[in-house]
Amino acid sequence: MQDNTDLTTLIFGRLTWESIPYHEPILVATFIAVAIGGIAVLGAMTYYKFWGTLWRDWITSIDHKKIGIMYVILGLVMLLRGFADALMMRGQQAMAFGESTGYLPPEHYDQIFTAHGVIMIFFVAMPLVTGLMNYIVPLQIGARDVAFPFLNNFSFWMTTFGAMLTMISLFIGEFAKTGWLAYPPLSGILGSPGVGVDYYIWSLQIAGIGTLLSGVNLIVTIVKMRAPGMSLMKMPVFTWTALCTNVLIVAAFPVLTAVLGMLSMDRMLGTHFFTNDMGGNMMMYVNLIWIWGHPEVYILILPAFGIFSEVVATFCRKRLFGYTSMVYATVVITILSYLVWLHHFFTMGSGASVNSFFGITTMIISIPTGAKIFNWLFTMYRGRIRFELPMMWTISFMITFVIGGMTGVLLAVPSADFVLHNSLFLIAHFHNVIIGGVLFGMFAGINFWFPKAFGFKLDTYWGKWSFWLWTIGFYVAFMPLYVLGLMGVTRRLSQFADPSLQIWFQVAAFGAVLILGGILTFIIQLVVSFRRREALKDVTGDPWEGRTLEWSTSSPPPEYNFAFTPVVHDTDAWADMKKHGYERPKDNFVPIHMPKNTGAGFILAAMSFVCGFALIWHMWPLAWLSFGAIVISAIVHTFNYNRDYHIPVEEVVRVEDERTRLLDGYA
Amino acid sequence: MSEHNAHPAHGDDHNHGHDHHDDHASHGSLKDYTIGFVLSVILTAIPFWLVMGDVIADPGVTAIVILAFAAVQIVVHMIYFLHMNTESEGGWNMLALIFTVMLVAITLIGSIWVMYHLNTNMMPGMMSEPTQKM
Repeated sequence: MQDNTDLTTLIFGRLTWESIPYHEPILVATFIAVAIGGIAVLGAMTYYKFWGTLWRDWITSIDHKKIGIMYVILGLVMLLRGFADALMMRGQQAMAFGESTGYLPPEHYDQIFTAHGVIMIFFVAMPLVTGLMNYIVPLQIGARDVAFPFLNNFSFWMTTFGAMLTMISLFIGEFAKTGWLAYPPLSGILGSPGVGVDYYIWSLQIAGIGTLLSGVNLIVTIVKMRAPGMSLMKMPVFTWTALCTNVLIVAAFPVLTAVLGMLSMDRMLGTHFFTNDMGGNMMMYVNLIWIWGHPEVYILILPAFGIFSEVVATFCRKRLFGYTSMVYATVVITILSYLVWLHHFFTMGSGASVNSFFGITTMIISIPTGAKIFNWLFTMYRGRIRFELPMMWTISFMITFVIGGMTGVLLAVPSADFVLHNSLFLIAHFHNVIIGGVLFGMFAGINFWFPKAFGFKLDTYWGKWSFWLWTIGFYVAFMPLYVLGLMGVTRRLSQFADPSLQIWFQVAAFGAVLILGGILTFIIQLVVSFRRREALKDVTGDPWEGRTLEWSTSSPPPEYNFAFTPVVHDTDAWADMKKHGYERPKDNFVPIHMPKNTGAGFILAAMSFVCGFALIWHMWPLAWLSFGAIVISAIVHTFNYNRDYHIPVEEVVRVEDERTRLLDGYA
Repeated sequence: MSEHNAHPAHGDDHNHGHDHHDDHASHGSLKDYTIGFVLSVILTAIPFWLVMGDVIADPGVTAIVILAFAAVQIVVHMIYFLHMNTESEGGWNMLALIFTVMLVAITLIGSIWVMYHLNTNMMPGMMSEPTQKM
């Protein structure tokens, strides 16, 4: 009998039937809904015989365009999960006043706000940003793929399996109850003995590898693979911001990996980096995680700035005002973002000298950001503005982001921060800049580049619904939080005693419902556009009269992007080519050397997922087994010399002739 | 800013970096490797001698001296084994190095500065000079 228990513990670690939360009705209902939906999707895929295509053309694909699309899909799917968390929190806070305790027990509520933060930053914002960079950057610089196509596939699957590890914590065990940065000592083994924090650590470690590698990949791509003639100061602004963002990723993410590594050693091996006793110092955790965390917010916002720059120039039919200052502002932000981290913990007590230094650097960083806003305004000034959807998102961003930026400067004053720290004012501020900046940027980007990726524009009617519901919903949901924050309400509370506050939370909950409308109309927009794809078709490949090289290709671009590498003479290369009467080459094609698809990235990432799961539940044999399998398959993959092939001339000719026919028919 | 006009990575057959090395940096000569090896041995032997022979009385000073030798050794490795100089990869290597050194310096100096103040103010019991700021 004793032996049996030992064996069970050896194999299953901490995992028992008790870990399955079948006693929580909300989770059981969610599980049933997910199971039904999942079975329906799997059934439909089998019925339409989609499995082969899925594996050959998507899962194993190392085409940067397909990987980019998959990143964006991952981001949008996770947005639904993260937003469901947000709705639950808003509902709970609108109800739980006085006698009522709301419908969520505190330990469930704590998991929800943690999961909301983790998912929205790591598995919504990051995949959306990385996805757009992946898709657009090689096209903008005239390259055929990224520098390391296999690595790109591997990065994507690591991110996805990291997200999946977070997702299964919903039904097996629990997620962290610590807030999205998991400060010790609460996240230490004494404060959180369960598996929640381990889920947090290992999903971020796995996803973090993906993010880091994709950062390396895109830097090398931008540095080494630009079309001839495209010097650094002729690069499109989006590529510039992508370069700076990826530099930030490569510099910042190792810090996160190290700090989470130390936390997991504290939890698993009994070290004392961040514990209360034995010389540990949990303030060091806060210090280190914000050395990663502050650059992280710029990792998210810089590409959004790039998108707005492209959109403003295109839809005002003008060169971007102050290209050079835009580039320098981006670079200055990149460096300054490493000098402000302490503003996240002014109140921890580092004293006047330290606080004033970081307060001042924080205020300084608003200067290059302000310069960017003026550049966009001056681009619009006397431009012929077309109010298409991407431009609408951009204008909404400029108004919303300036408000968020100003409340940020308020928080940068250390003495003011002592009043506002950890309050709902802070929550309102960072949602103001992340929704108003990053998310609006992603919607601008998706509306802008969708015709490039799929060959038809997105429907304007539902797009406008989505736009207005998001914009108005944002203000209704978050302006009350500013007020509540100034009244002194702190974040992460699941119940309130003062009934006079309730009305503000109810208004905020109504705002969240409006945002739900924004998300639903966005989905409707996608469906309607797909059904009207013939009417919305983009034949020319240049539906917006674009200015950069991605618009010189067909929509969607051929697998090889460019039959001949373009030669660049000016910024806004495509606008320059069109002005000088560029003729598309129609003959003398040559075979094109391309990388071959491989399943290695998916397999490696799937085994990392198993290894992470085993580590979370202390299933040591499985952990060693899967770790060994990862190492062996990585080594085996290096012996795979069958990595490339040539697209034959006939195929290139066929694709290009097809395009010629379409263009002639259109003209 | 550097120009990358004549870059072979954009030829029709050279768009995937993994099987085409087109960097302009030299791969070093036997002389370079020998110099690097000898310097590394010397820079490793001296710290060994410092510790084994108890040359410096204060262990703290010894530690600092060893760190200094380690820093010099890093530079030796970068020049003689990684073939880095101001021109390699069109200056990108140098730029990346400067950026890295700057960030490491910010992280280390900043963390020490911040943690020193946090410890003095928030954990007076742990410091040698208790303060009354609490």
